[in-house]
Amino acid sequence: MSARTHRAASPWLFLLPGLVIIAAFSLYPFISTVGTAFTDARTLTPGHWVGLRNFQDMLDDEQFWTGLRNSTLYVLLVVPCTVLLPLLLALLVQKQVPGIAFFRSSFYTPVVASVVVVALIWVWMLDDRGLVNGILGYFGTGPVEFLSDQWLLLFSAMALTVWKGLGYYMIIYLAALANVPKELHEAAAVDGAGAVRRFISITVPAVRSTMVLVGALSSVAAFKVFTEVYLMAGPTGGPAGEDTTIVMLVQRVGTGLSGRTGYASALSVVIFVVTLVLMLLVLRADRKDGE
Amino acid sequence: MGGRMPRWQLVLRYVLLLAVLAVTIGPFLWQLSTSLKGPTEDMYSYPPKLLPEHPTLDNYSGVADIIPVWEYALNSLKVAAASVVTNCVGSALAGYALARLRFRGRKLATTAFVMALLVPFESIFIAQFTTMRDLQLNNTLIAVVLPGCIGAMNVLLMRNAFSHLPYEIEEAAVIDGANVWQRFVRIALPSVKGTLAVVAIFSFMGAWDDFLWPLIVLSDPDKYTLTVGLNFLHGTFANNPRLVAAGTIIAVAPLIVMFACLQRYFFRGVGEGAVKG
Repeated sequence: MSARTHRAASPWLFLLPGLVIIAAFSLYPFISTVGTAFTDARTLTPGHWVGLRNFQDMLDDEQFWTGLRNSTLYVLLVVPCTVLLPLLLALLVQKQVPGIAFFRSSFYTPVVASVVVVALIWVWMLDDRGLVNGILGYFGTGPVEFLSDQWLLLFSAMALTVWKGLGYYMIIYLAALANVPKELHEAAAVDGAGAVRRFISITVPAVRSTMVLVGALSSVAAFKVFTEVYLMAGPTGGPAGEDTTIVMLVQRVGTGLSGRTGYASALSVVIFVVTLVLMLLVLRADRKDGE
Repeated sequence: MGGRMPRWQLVLRYVLLLAVLAVTIGPFLWQLSTSLKGPTEDMYSYPPKLLPEHPTLDNYSGVADIIPVWEYALNSLKVAAASVVTNCVGSALAGYALARLRFRGRKLATTAFVMALLVPFESIFIAQFTTMRDLQLNNTLIAVVLPGCIGAMNVLLMRNAFSHLPYEIEEAAVIDGANVWQRFVRIALPSVKGTLAVVAIFSFMGAWDDFLWPLIVLSDPDKYTLTVGLNFLHGTFANNPRLVAAGTIIAVAPLIVMFACLQRYFFRGVGEGAVKG
């Protein structure tokens, strides 16, 4: 090989492994999912073109509406907490007081653990006779059925998601807060502005773009929720399947020997479109406010 | 820094810090405590006892009698180790080419990685499952590793790291007649060790903690990774919290140790990942 061809070929040799993998396991599956969404394919049969029938079936599928409702609720309730609580936490750990490094690391620990692990820990704590109900009993409240009531189950899973993400988003906010000039706070304090006032008129505007970023990241993640609810409510999605999320539905109808691959692919397309729209909406909101 | 904090404010700060500490770390300690409690101990007593009265390691051998927990841990370790190697090698190579080499199609290649980033795994796993079946890889650990073995995100992280290196350091090597490969291995790669460590750690954590994909692709209980095995244990033996607790501690302990040793890379990864993601 001459030096010249060697030179032209090497960039592609460097890129080859990466490109092959993302082509085979991201881009191709995406195209194939969109294609399969218009067929009646099953796990063991390739299926035929059925046009929009899968999408029409969805409209009549109660499980689809349940899944869409739960995943949407997840976004609506989890995202505000995920945008706000870690910011407050970051303000709490921002100041260099003795031992602060230990606190920061400890707050990050739930991020490191697998969702499966923390979900099982929570299941044990929220048990009818578990730690939380023990503490509630001490205050005279009867056992709360966190794990058998349809709504309490969903809310418990949401609380778990928020709890697990606290440390992660806290670190993101810490980086943003480091860029807020201290003089602003000091000047406001001299002018007699209270802590709440300073938070609203100085901190929030200064980290707004980070809040938008956190909102985008967490809303996409919340809509795709699977593991928390799967473990806490069980594979069938709690009482009468009422806690099923949309990704759980895809997993249930699309896998196994009688899996309806075509229909599951149509549901997957919906997931893709919604996450894309969520991302665009949040980013657009940022641009509008910025003007 | 401005004036000192008033004393009451400092106290309030520590009270809040301790309260959050109890909420974030408490559940792990409670789980550890449960896993160490003997069979005669009342786990439901109130007030709750954090320190076991008769501490025992029996639950750790007990959980191994029900599910092959150590084999699952080994499977998880294999998957995570493979993922670290493929991600580090693959994303360093691709990232270097995208950042430092000039060639036709570079923009297109970058776009391909960005587009891969936009496709959520949750919307393609049914197709992945079909692909693995066509490759006859279903129910193997290779199938668990393969889809995430070179993450688009990691490629873009490495690209970012390489593009921040000053050009002068490579120019000298070009004059000395070093070829692309020598420049990559001897000069560029040692300069981005920090980012490489971030890629390694997050690949390990991602693979070790993953649940949905191994759950789908593994059907034979012998092949389970820890997370899928724990789900199985939970479904079958939820009535003995001590055993489930022991299983979860086995799954989480390695990562907590790793985090304690390599904290700054974890924090750095959050920063870099969030900016790009």
